Amino acid sequence: MTEVVHDTLLANGLLTAFVVVGGTMLVSSWVSARCTCGRVHGSAIAILIGLVAAAVAGGPRGVADLPLLSGVGLLGGAMLRDLAIVATACGVRPQEFVRGGAIGVVSLLAGLCVAFLMGGATAWACGYRDAVSITTIGAGAATYIVGPVTGTALGASSEVIALSIAAGLVKAIAVMIVTPFAASALGLKTPRAAMVFGGKMGTTSGVMAGLAATDPALVPYGAMTATFYTGLGCLLGPSLVFMIARTIF
Amino acid sequence: MTIHGTALLALCLLAGLTAGRLLGASLGIDADIGGVGIAMLLLIGGTHLLERRGLLTPAVGHGITYWGQMYVPIVVAMAASQNVRGALTGGWMAVAAGLAATAAGFLLVGLLVRCTSRSEPS
Repeated sequence: MTEVVHDTLLANGLLTAFVVVGGTMLVSSWVSARCTCGRVHGSAIAILIGLVAAAVAGGPRGVADLPLLSGVGLLGGAMLRDLAIVATACGVRPQEFVRGGAIGVVSLLAGLCVAFLMGGATAWACGYRDAVSITTIGAGAATYIVGPVTGTALGASSEVIALSIAAGLVKAIAVMIVTPFAASALGLKTPRAAMVFGGKMGTTSGVMAGLAATDPALVPYGAMTATFYTGLGCLLGPSLVFMIARTIF
Repeated sequence: MTIHGTALLALCLLAGLTAGRLLGASLGIDADIGGVGIAMLLLIGGTHLLERRGLLTPAVGHGITYWGQMYVPIVVAMAASQNVRGALTGGWMAVAAGLAATAAGFLLVGLLVRCTSRSEPS
């Protein structure tokens, strides 16, 4: 009997994921209403449960490394994630993008500079003195994709590349958790503010999870600028930023 | 039909991702530059075009909005498939670099949002 159930769940991974994620959302909206009087958004609790489950499972793909929950990896993978972000654009007002365009670009460039600067400074403080390692770790502080792309292009050691991925992951997770709590202090209420936020933080997963838990109506605006961040970072990291780092170190 | 909406959505994403990769390749990097952002613009344009011609029926709209509403559960699934333990065991330097970048980012967001809303009251 249990074997039959197990095999059915295993053979229909995506359906299992729908049930597991749906159940998690149900529990978290109940916890949100009962234990926090709705102050902490149900999505924020659900995302936190997801992160804790991933940490407990411990694999490189979180709970998706457990055979029974491999469907969660498909549901939360890049393909369906991107499909869902694009779908949120249905119903946004195009003029908001135009109005927020200039400030979005400023925010993107400033956000990348700050990430490279903070990551590079941390690397320097920890004793790295070569331009390749400092640039790679700085790139990791942008996003966990910019780090390895830059590191590979510059020929950084695998230890430094692993560190840059870890730095990017820490940032993504920190943004997911902190955003809903910091939202009102940051004035994260308008589409324009969401575009600034997306460009400044850049980590698509962190920005989308953070905004989803704050106000789902802001998601397309934040996602719009965040989606350019990683690409721009991959472009600037191994070129301009590395050249600047090389003249300093 | 509902599938027409979903097909339009998927077509926009595929076109956007292709354009993003081509943009990356033309700049000499093996990465996608703003593919999802381009796809969003294509979808906004596409739905406006259909709306003006009266082809955006509720059924077609459902094929798109369903996926938009699945967004939060998909994010939960994404959070559950992150390498959280890898991030925490990557050494305290990785944690420090990630947190420093996050803190600086939040500070700047607050500043920039305040400045722009003061200069351009909406």
